[in-house]
Parts: sequence; C-alpha cells; structure tokens
Amino acid sequence: MSVLVNKDSNIVVQGFTGTEGTFHATQMIEYGTNVVGGVTPGKGGQDHLGRPVFNTVKEAVDKAGANVSVIFVPPAFAADAIMEAADAGIKVIVCITEGIPTEDMVQVKGYLQDRDSRLVGPNCPGVITPDEAKVGIMPGFIHKKGRVGIVSRSGTLTYEAVDQLTKTGLGQTTAIGIGGDPIIGTTTKDAVELFMNDPETEGIVMIGEIGGNMEADAAYWIKENGNKPVVAFIAGATAPPGRTMGHAGAIIGGKSDTADAKKAILKECGIYVVESPADIGKKMAEVLA
Amino acid sequence: MNLHEYQGKSILKGYGVSVPFGIVASSPEKAFEAAKEIQKHTGFDKWAVKAQIHAGGRGKGGGVKIATSLDEVRESADRIIGMMLVTPQTKKEGKLVRKVLVEQNIYYPGPEKVEEYYLSILLNRDKSKNMVMYSPRGGMNIEQVAKETPEEIFTEVIDPLVGLTGFQSRRIAFNLGLSGVAFKEMVKFSLALYKAYVGADASLFEINPVIKAADGRIYAADAKVTIDNNSLYRHKDIAAMRDTAEEDPLEVEAGRFDLNYVKLNGNVGCMVNGAGLAMATMDMIKMSGGNPANFLDVGGTADAKRVEEAFRIILKDPNVKAILVNIFGGIVRCDRVAQGVVDAYHNIGNIKVPIIVRLQGTNAEEGKELIDKSGLKVHSAIHLEDAARLVNEVLA
Repeated sequence: MSVLVNKDSNIVVQGFTGTEGTFHATQMIEYGTNVVGGVTPGKGGQDHLGRPVFNTVKEAVDKAGANVSVIFVPPAFAADAIMEAADAGIKVIVCITEGIPTEDMVQVKGYLQDRDSRLVGPNCPGVITPDEAKVGIMPGFIHKKGRVGIVSRSGTLTYEAVDQLTKTGLGQTTAIGIGGDPIIGTTTKDAVELFMNDPETEGIVMIGEIGGNMEADAAYWIKENGNKPVVAFIAGATAPPGRTMGHAGAIIGGKSDTADAKKAILKECGIYVVESPADIGKKMAEVLA
Repeated sequence: MNLHEYQGKSILKGYGVSVPFGIVASSPEKAFEAAKEIQKHTGFDKWAVKAQIHAGGRGKGGGVKIATSLDEVRESADRIIGMMLVTPQTKKEGKLVRKVLVEQNIYYPGPEKVEEYYLSILLNRDKSKNMVMYSPRGGMNIEQVAKETPEEIFTEVIDPLVGLTGFQSRRIAFNLGLSGVAFKEMVKFSLALYKAYVGADASLFEINPVIKAADGRIYAADAKVTIDNNSLYRHKDIAAMRDTAEEDPLEVEAGRFDLNYVKLNGNVGCMVNGAGLAMATMDMIKMSGGNPANFLDVGGTADAKRVEEAFRIILKDPNVKAILVNIFGGIVRCDRVAQGVVDAYHNIGNIKVPIIVRLQGTNAEEGKELIDKSGLKVHSAIHLEDAARLVNEVLA
C-alpha cells in the first residue's frame, strides 16, 4: 500500500502545455505515472504528449476520470487553479507552483474548508509512490519501493533522505513534499497521520525547518497516537532570526520557531532527532533493525 | 519587502487610515520647508523629526526629536541626516540615515490624557488566517508585554470571507478601554487598517504606538509595514518603493542574478540547490567546526553561468575561508554543475580559498570525475559526511 497516490490514480496536469508542465508531465509519463490528460484553458480538444487537453478540470474529471491533479500554473493563476480542481471534485490536488501570494492562499484555504479535497503544497516537489506514480518534479530514479514514509517541507532535502533510504535498502512507501510556504494544504501532522494508518509504512522520516508550529503539532500527535518509529531532522539551527531563508515559511519569529526549540519538543515526544542530515538513513536503519 | 515608515504611512493614508500629516525630507533645508508646509496645513507649531531607516527602536538611538520651532526642525534634521543610527535592531556600527520624516506633533495638549496602544495585523500560520493583535500597552516591545502581562494581548482572527467584522472592530475599541469620540475613531481605524493590509498584500502591519490624542483622535504614530514579496507583481507602485540602500549590497547583487542569498557572519561560504538543503548545509558547516558565511540557494537551474555568479558573490565576502558547494542533482545535472565550477575557477582566476564540491544525484559520478581530472585544487565528494569531513580538514 501507499498513501495519496498509486498506480490506479488518474492524474490530470493543470498547466499541461506550458514549459514547466510539458517538461515534468513528460518525466511523469516516462516514470510510468497514469497521466490521463491535461488542462490548458483555450486549448481543449488538442492532443499533447499523446494525452487529451481539456479546457476545464471538470471536463477532465467527466471525460477522463481524473481524481488527482498536479498544478504547474504560474503563481498569479495558481490559486484559481487549486479552487477549480476542488470545485471539479478532485480528491488530491498537488500544487508545485512557487511564489503564490499569501493572501491568495488565505482565500484558497477558506474555499477548501467545506470541500472534500486534499491539497498538497504549494511550493513543493510533489508526491511519489515509487514504481507506481510520480506526481511532481522529484528525480524518479533515486526512489525505491520500500518501507519508510517521508514527509518534508523541503525539496532537495527530501531527495537527500530518499537517497539515503534507498541506499540502506529500506526504500520508501510514499514521499510527500508538503512545501515551504507559510500557508500549505497538507501539514506535517496530516502526512504523519496518513503514514501511521498505512499498513505498509514501518517507519516515518519527518523533515522540518525553522518557522511555524507544524513539527511540534505533529510531535504532540505522535506522542498520543504514534505506533511507528519516527526519525526527524530540523534544518535551520544556524539561521539568523527575522530573515526569510529561501522558503517564504522559513523565518524565525518567536522562540518556539527555532530549530533548537523544535528539536527539544520532538525529543520529548519520543521522536529520534538526528543532528546531521547525513544521518537520516542510518538512524532509520538502526531503529527498524 | 520592508518599507520605510513614511512609505508605509502613505499606503495607510490611501486607505483612509488616520496618520499624522507628514512630509519626508532628505536635507535640513527641505525639512525646514516641510515643517512650514505642515504648519500651513494643520496649524500645528510643534513637529516630530524622525529618522527613516529599516529598523525599530529609533528613538532610543537619538533618531527621533520633537521640535518646537522651525529652526529646531532644521537643527534636528541636520543632526539626524547623515548620522550612523544605532538601535537595538541595527548592527553595532548602526545604519546611515538618509532621510527624515517631518510630522505634526500629535502629542498635543487637550482635555483627555494621551494614550498609546499596540495594534498589528499579521498571518496566523496555525489557522491560515490573518489576525489583528492588539494591546492597551503600546509604545513598548510587544514581546515584553507578552512576557509580563500576556492577558493584556488580544487577538481577532479574521474570516477571509467577510474580512474584519463590525463587532470585531468594536471589540478592539472596547478592549482598549475607549469610549466616546475615540471609540468611534478606533472602529474606523481598525477597519481601514485591515482594508489596507489586504489591499497592499502586506505580510505585517505593526502600528506601535497607535495614539489616542488629547482630543480623542486616533493616529498611527508609527508604521512598520512589510509587503509579501510574492505579491509585488500586482503592486508596481509598492515595488517601486524598494530602497536597496537599506539592504546588504551583496544581497542586492545576488538578487539581480536571481540567486537567493542571505549574508551571514561566518567563515565558510556555501552554494546549494534548494532552500531546505541550504539550511541543512549551513548547520553541517557549524557541526564541522566552521560557521556559515551565507545562505545561498542557486535554485533549480544551477547552470554554469549561475554557478560562476554565485562564486563571485561568495568570494566578495572577505571573511570566507572556504567554500562548500552542495548540489543534489535532480533535474539539475551534476556534470553540468561540475563544469560550471571548473569554468568559474578559470574565469575568476586566483581563487585562494579551498573549495569542496559535493555532488549527488543525477550524473554525480561523472561530475566528480570531471572535477578530479581538472587538475584544480578542488576537493570533491559524493556523500554528505565526506563533505563535512573535508570542511573540517580544510579549516584545520
């Protein structure tokens, strides 16, 4: 098993015919992902990468049975794309786009509240279930089907963890990049919960960074409900307060935002915290041995 | 993006938020003229002269003066413009003041006692909603209030569907202990402020203090305004307010090449793809006995040109004793990055500090081979722990 996406997911690509959409949809298809079509308003009826182009997400749902969407729409239009997918009844919406205005995301979160859609991202690498579905921009070849679930706020740091787990032979059930923005859909806790309920996931890697309370929220939940070992790394111990470190969400505001404060909370909740990102794979191998 | 007080107040004013009448001036003479103009408009014969820099606590460092005559305005402006203003939020050498804001002095006498409140609007990340945070204890650091009397800090979480509601704005005024004219003014003030916050796509409004003047009028006496960078494409007027003189020159230069660079005070420069990995790399440098000299995310298209520009910027920092390049190739191919490093080395010439290049992911072996065969004094690694060890070795 896996979470969020698998070989039976019917994936629609929003922003299908653009440069980004074309490049990554090609990679997704080459990986073996079940891409059923794409959406580019005004280009409906055409073919692209051997798949149908639709004018609206609703059409992709009705005609191609789409139930997962991945968004490569430019930041000015991405919030609208998320809402369109939700309105069309898409169950899992993965938004890759970086640079969406925060105010737009405040609106989107409100919009999603009474709708039955799960948003992953924005500003994230996406979700991958090895050998089944690659829904995003991660390099497919470093993954290996296996036993560990990954949730991370960072792209390349996720790849680092994936690579280490592949090399230790543990592999991944699913890797979820939840994104680096201050407002995101699926939180660390949400992802951890999915993995705790997934029978094939034996251990969880949780990668966090400075800013916000998501890691602490997840940790408290794990303390109460956890049934699998969790290995965590928190980036940004050396980041100065008040500065945005690349990710819009990575900024130290108050005291509980710091890497040290988060690590202390995580340890207190029984999570294995590694100090170096080089030790993630090793530590997981050790606790699952 | 941070704004100066005078810029922030001009935005507020545009949305009907009550601010003191003020004019920005870049010389003592212009400050004098501004004061005259203010007197003509308001009838006020007392002024505040305020240093315009991107840092709080300006009063403590002598950056804010009250003037009771036009000549005094000129004198104060003369003292403040050109000074290196040191506040609790600046570096120890301070910040050069280039402009002052001359305003009507709102601490004027009248029937009521002048009061100072705190009011800010910001994102509540846990709720994914904006909120108003306010306190009757204004004019002081809100962190201090939170520590001493947390019960005196109130919040109103805002439903994005309807915005700040009437009852919430009344609750703000009640909780601040207002009545009469001041109550009505405060209701108007908070509603207009929220409109300005959303309208300008701000990520922070901090009005500290909000003043209740002696006649019950409410004013934003100060304004710390931060705008969401991601929204600047739809606010050309605000984007034009950017003052690069307030930013680190290396960061400004890096921005021109679309490199996400933050200058730090350590001795090991780093160049990484991805923000999370960049932060993790900084942490690793620290664990290896060094200190990060910068944060630098070269982004998803780390081609030879960008790698070279990144090198040039890192090398301009005289504190850099070593450079660690840490790339996890996904879409980025490691052999291309390696070629970029080799090219940069040749083009820049005379690089004296040791360079450690760690390449992992797509074409990592090819990249390492390219560097190993180049004959350059570049240490290469594939595993993260090897890179950390090399940092430790070159610093020893």
